[in-house]
Amino acid sequence: MIALGIESTAHTFGVGIVEDKPPYIRADERVSYVPSKGGIHPKEAATFFLNNSLRVLNNALSEANLSIKDVDCIAVALGPGLGPCLRVGATLARALATYFNKPLVPVNHAVAHVEIGKLLTGLKDPLIVYLSGGNTMILAFSDGRYRVFGETLDIALGNFMDAFVRELGLAPPYIVDGKHKLDYCADEGSEFLELPYIVKGQDVSFSGLFTAAIKAFRSGKYRLQDICYSVREIAYSSIVEVSERGLIHTKKLELLVVGGVAASKALQEKFAVISRLRRVKLGIVPPNYAVDNGVMIAWTGLLTFKSGITIEPEKSYVRQRWRIDSVDIPWLS
Amino acid sequence: MVKLELLSSGAEAYLYKGEFLGYDVVIKHRVPKPYRDPRLDKLIRSERTLVEAKSMLLALSMGVKVPAILYVDLDSASIIMEYIDGILLRDWLPEIGEELRYRYLETLGNYVGRLHMNDLTHGDLTTSNVMVARDGELYIIDFGLARISEDIEDKAVDIHLMIRSLESTHYRLARKLLEPFLKGYEDIVGSDHLGKVLSKVKEIRLRGRYIEERRTRRDV
Repeated sequence: MIALGIESTAHTFGVGIVEDKPPYIRADERVSYVPSKGGIHPKEAATFFLNNSLRVLNNALSEANLSIKDVDCIAVALGPGLGPCLRVGATLARALATYFNKPLVPVNHAVAHVEIGKLLTGLKDPLIVYLSGGNTMILAFSDGRYRVFGETLDIALGNFMDAFVRELGLAPPYIVDGKHKLDYCADEGSEFLELPYIVKGQDVSFSGLFTAAIKAFRSGKYRLQDICYSVREIAYSSIVEVSERGLIHTKKLELLVVGGVAASKALQEKFAVISRLRRVKLGIVPPNYAVDNGVMIAWTGLLTFKSGITIEPEKSYVRQRWRIDSVDIPWLS
Repeated sequence: MVKLELLSSGAEAYLYKGEFLGYDVVIKHRVPKPYRDPRLDKLIRSERTLVEAKSMLLALSMGVKVPAILYVDLDSASIIMEYIDGILLRDWLPEIGEELRYRYLETLGNYVGRLHMNDLTHGDLTTSNVMVARDGELYIIDFGLARISEDIEDKAVDIHLMIRSLESTHYRLARKLLEPFLKGYEDIVGSDHLGKVLSKVKEIRLRGRYIEERRTRRDV
């Protein structure tokens, strides 16, 4: 069985093709919108997607050496994400499903990050730490769904890191050679500044840290590298702390880190330490699949389709705030 | 101090059972965490130890049951406190009948109301941080993330954490448990205050996160 998946929730437009047997991945094509200044502009990103969507689709099909007729279903990320971006993927998916008479399968973007992480790391029932531009969540499967055990009370970790280095004048671009500008800057720091470290229960919060760090930067009293080091140390440590709490609370024996921020080496080292300490198996999604991609949508679409879930094209609304714990996961039940 | 018996190794502290001045006690030691900078580690451990000891004394003065504090040492980030012979509410809830569940949650709401009326917030309010003693009395524990704060936001975070703990850990019972909790809370703080806190809870749950209720345009 073969699924084609379309991702267009934020800055990446991707088409992936997967099969339900090894080596699973038949095609992985993507393009990324990079803003020339500032953050992501949803309409600009959507226009960029539109102009590239057919080329990406055709490249994926030829990479897999398949025709669209060989595909068993069309999966699409209907959310969560940015409206204008989501609509590009949804429109293409509906058109393909309708014109070629293929079942359309709705996929939640967050569930897809988790499922591709599990496939590629071999973990079965992990506590999941999902860290990306728009998401900071501690998740675990329980009674039919991925339940949220902890999250950010204000901004997501990736968004925090981007906004911070932008404010410091270090970005865009935010990521160079797979490494975030905050990590580059922090690697050169050594002094530790006392900035707000906020953990509430199993939740984290970064807005207080952001404000205090910017204030420290503007005061001119500290080395930029030391500010970056302290900010990174505090932000990453608070995530690892709530992850450890989640492990104890859920009693899971595996720990999976997914999402774009999972690529950070400094963060990976902290997770390695805590996994040894707690004697749990650590899995970190490979960098290429930590970021948004069509393969994870295709793979999750395949699991969903095999569980008998499809959606009528006329009902396939995009859902900008489609929460992971509202999605039934029948393939695990 | 005589022999120590390890009771649990939680996320941030090891709990030992021992004897101190003739009492059965728990020694709570916040252990260093090798994943974070030692300077940050020291800061977090001594600050939380101090906050916990202070908050527990305050809670007692508000008529909320907590283990009595016997000794505090900030350098080693340790607290010696009264040993409560009991079970965590989290583990006890699934075992008991509806009536008893109702009573426990109502009492818990009552306790949290008293803390909040006195501007003390717990900061980690879950059913794992409440103990049911053998005599049936409830004790709130783990005040390391507590804060003295008049801010409605901090109080709302407590309620949000409680609701989420019910939703994620006791999802089958969540609704039935929340009602008595909020009733017990309201009995102390009044309906005005409850209304304010709940609308702040709603705001927190919608803020910048992916929540279905914050639906924008339903688009095709």
